[in-house]
Amino acid sequence: MNGVHRRTRRIAGATAFVLAAGCAGSTPAPATIAPATDPRLDARVGLKAGLTDAGEAVSYLRVLAKAQSPEGFLGITNSDLAFTGNYVIQGNYNGPVIWDISNPAKPELVTAYTCPASQNDVSVFKNLMFMSAEANNGRIDCLPGGVADTVSAIRFRGVRVFDISDIKKPRLVANVQTCRGSHTHTVVESPRDPDNIYIYVSGSAGIRSPNELTGCVRDTPDQNPNSSLLRIEIIKVPLAHPEQSSVVNRADIFSGLTYTPSHHEAQEDRDAAAKAAAAARAAGGFTARIPASDEEIVIGGPFARMLLDSLVKARGGTGNPTAADSATLRTSAQDIVNRMFGSAPAPGSPISAGRQCHDITVYPSLGLAGGACEGHGLLLDISDPVNPIRLDAVADSNFAYWHSATFSNDGSKLLFSDEWGGGGAPKCRAGDKKEWGSDAIFSIVNRKLKFESYYKIPTIQTANENCVAHNGSLIPIPGRDVMVQAWYQGGISVFDWTDPANPHEIAFFDRGPVDSTRMAMGGSWSVYWYNGAIVSSEIARGLDVAELVPSPYISQNEIDAARSVHWTHLNAQGQPKIEWPPTFALARAYVDQLERKRCLSSNRISEVRAALSSAERAPGAQRSSQLSALAAQLDGDARNSCDAPKVELLRKAVKDLQAVVS
Amino acid sequence: MRQLEPGLPRHKREPGNVRLDRLAWPPVDGNASATEIVSIVTQTRGARNAAYFPNMRVSIILLAGAALALSGCASARPAPFRMGPEGARERARADSLRYPYTTADIDFMSGMIHHHAQAIQIAGWAPSHGASPAVIRLTERIINAQKDEIVLMSNWLSDRNQQVPEPNPAGMPMKTGGVEHIMPMPGMLTPEQLKQLDAASGPDFDRLFLTFMIQHHRGAVEMVRTLFSATGAGQDESVFKFASDVEVDQSTEIRRMLQMLIEIPTSSTERSQE
Repeated sequence: MNGVHRRTRRIAGATAFVLAAGCAGSTPAPATIAPATDPRLDARVGLKAGLTDAGEAVSYLRVLAKAQSPEGFLGITNSDLAFTGNYVIQGNYNGPVIWDISNPAKPELVTAYTCPASQNDVSVFKNLMFMSAEANNGRIDCLPGGVADTVSAIRFRGVRVFDISDIKKPRLVANVQTCRGSHTHTVVESPRDPDNIYIYVSGSAGIRSPNELTGCVRDTPDQNPNSSLLRIEIIKVPLAHPEQSSVVNRADIFSGLTYTPSHHEAQEDRDAAAKAAAAARAAGGFTARIPASDEEIVIGGPFARMLLDSLVKARGGTGNPTAADSATLRTSAQDIVNRMFGSAPAPGSPISAGRQCHDITVYPSLGLAGGACEGHGLLLDISDPVNPIRLDAVADSNFAYWHSATFSNDGSKLLFSDEWGGGGAPKCRAGDKKEWGSDAIFSIVNRKLKFESYYKIPTIQTANENCVAHNGSLIPIPGRDVMVQAWYQGGISVFDWTDPANPHEIAFFDRGPVDSTRMAMGGSWSVYWYNGAIVSSEIARGLDVAELVPSPYISQNEIDAARSVHWTHLNAQGQPKIEWPPTFALARAYVDQLERKRCLSSNRISEVRAALSSAERAPGAQRSSQLSALAAQLDGDARNSCDAPKVELLRKAVKDLQAVVS
Repeated sequence: MRQLEPGLPRHKREPGNVRLDRLAWPPVDGNASATEIVSIVTQTRGARNAAYFPNMRVSIILLAGAALALSGCASARPAPFRMGPEGARERARADSLRYPYTTADIDFMSGMIHHHAQAIQIAGWAPSHGASPAVIRLTERIINAQKDEIVLMSNWLSDRNQQVPEPNPAGMPMKTGGVEHIMPMPGMLTPEQLKQLDAASGPDFDRLFLTFMIQHHRGAVEMVRTLFSATGAGQDESVFKFASDVEVDQSTEIRRMLQMLIEIPTSSTERSQE
């Protein structure tokens, strides 16, 4: 095999040279249009195909830049994004690409660092950059060529740690190997532990041989309680010594998980199910408990009959089952169910319900995390980041694959996306249901999840466009939950989910397919808001930057208020609590929202606006007294408004402005 | 080979003096009886199918000619992106230069086409066989997902100048000793199982469909394991991603189907007879 290695490495080196950038196409700027009510009439339908010259549809966004991936990286999958200072770090299966977006209209390439692996999802914290490697072809030395041997000391699957003190020259300081590799990872900043950060490793690929990495256990949890399934590996990164980064825990967040194949059941549903089971038992029916949980279910007639027939046959009999067979089934039904689910009946033993997480979004200031874990969506308590605790789990019969999670800023809602088809399939065609490959929105009530609705882009895409819900982040519009999300070749979609039961789209940007003749991978992998810019990682094309423009759905004041929020860095899987500095734009944004909702009379809207303008122009002491008077009036307004909490937000914004002045 | 789904406890005496392990594993031949259905549902994997890939030799297929053709293009301005099969082939060649593929990859991508073809065939029976709404929804998803995946596999093969097999719901046509025959992939339904399923309706169809589809999915998971246990296989990024997706998607779906299977309600006509 050695000969093959040498050969492939050499040739792969040459490939980077050959796979170079194409010419940037210039496309006329399309007019901004409102989303159509009928998906078939949507402006995204029927766009011309092309890699660099595709047709475009834009609604209430301004596309500022379309930067092409650099030579050696163009044509190789672009993946996730992380932000630090004025830089965007873009993952690519060939290595991280770092852009300077000081001028969002003109991203400048800082460096493209060759270190092939998939998915090369990136995160950042201060002077450190982290990158995920999952597949069998990653190498410890960042060289191309892959690793053909099934067990090899040069294979790397896990999280790489780079020092980016000099951002032009990332320096690899640690390779933390993990048992399932790292499909994605999440940086957890612990408010209580400033000397360390933690990384939750999500891996969905197969478990490595213990001969390749000591301690990896390929057996299932019932065969071996130390199984590498059902765990999140937690890496501790000592900030003073990142080279000492290592796995400090393999947290089991799945134990006792049930198999609810529908929306999460309320307590009354569970009580009803328990009652039904008791009634069935009393009437001579068969029941069993789902392994490792307390959920008792009634065994349906057909399945019970099948089991009874089996018992007849097992004792060598024929014909109808006897009372003795029924009695046998009564005692053995539980064991049969246990074996079907492949679970040992020992209390507390983990089951294979969801085997691992695909992605985890942490919200450290709330001590919560949302785990998108294949067959389930989880709500976790991460107050102690090394020992996460599961608070709740939901499943959904419309969801194929729980992929990622986003909290509302106040933590009262959690949105999960379903990456049905794995991201490489066209799931936004006319026949693909709205509930499939969509987002599911839950409200969080008493630390439990309650289903509210689905959101899917209201358009029809072709069979040549991979399209399904993917990564996104909140846009800091005050007083509302607005999010921008990547839908692969479905483009990017900005939507409002303030009312969790009625999410609706308010802006989008989409291109035609990469290829008009067949499915070819492309589209937005992730799109995140960062300090006023909407930055999208386009799989096949490069890096797109856009900004919001005022519309009937979002006012200039709301956009200005959003732009007043400034972060030093952003990993979308580590949600920062958004806080708005006191600005006149913030107060005006609330006024605009009250006007839009008609929850303040048009008279009062005008008066409040005039008062704000007057205060803005007034010198210090006068400004303070004017703002104070306005705040007092707003107290009264709240009592007559259909949205008193919003008037209160406005009053507080005015008071905060006054505090800045005085 | 590691087991993905947990194995059975061996020689364990169960309550009621019934050796449950005896129920567990008679190979399914001919008409699947209730006993055998239990065995299909509880079995861990088809050891009898372990040797279905005839060409598990490790031969790295490098397209040396393509390498030469490409490396001649040294100008700073590379060829523009090309649509259609020709462009796709060029990109596949570049991919293969980065990570070569093996016969195990080809066998997997062609074998799974037949495997999927059968899933689509039997899923298509649900509406005409009185399946429950839950099973119909499941089958709609299976058809949707696996049709897309057949396109993906066919493209992968044709982009690499490999023969794209005609999807055959009976299995992979192959020649041994000059004799043409159809080799079923792991977990595929036998002709007798197909007949049995086609003859069923209502809750019986639901029960058989779920039972057989669990068997079918487990076979797919086994094919993934076979792929990754071959030296040099799964280095190609598309194959790795697709195979990993098959493993997680179908394992997740197996668990969903297990609970559906247990909970199939007694039909109203049956209930009235009780």
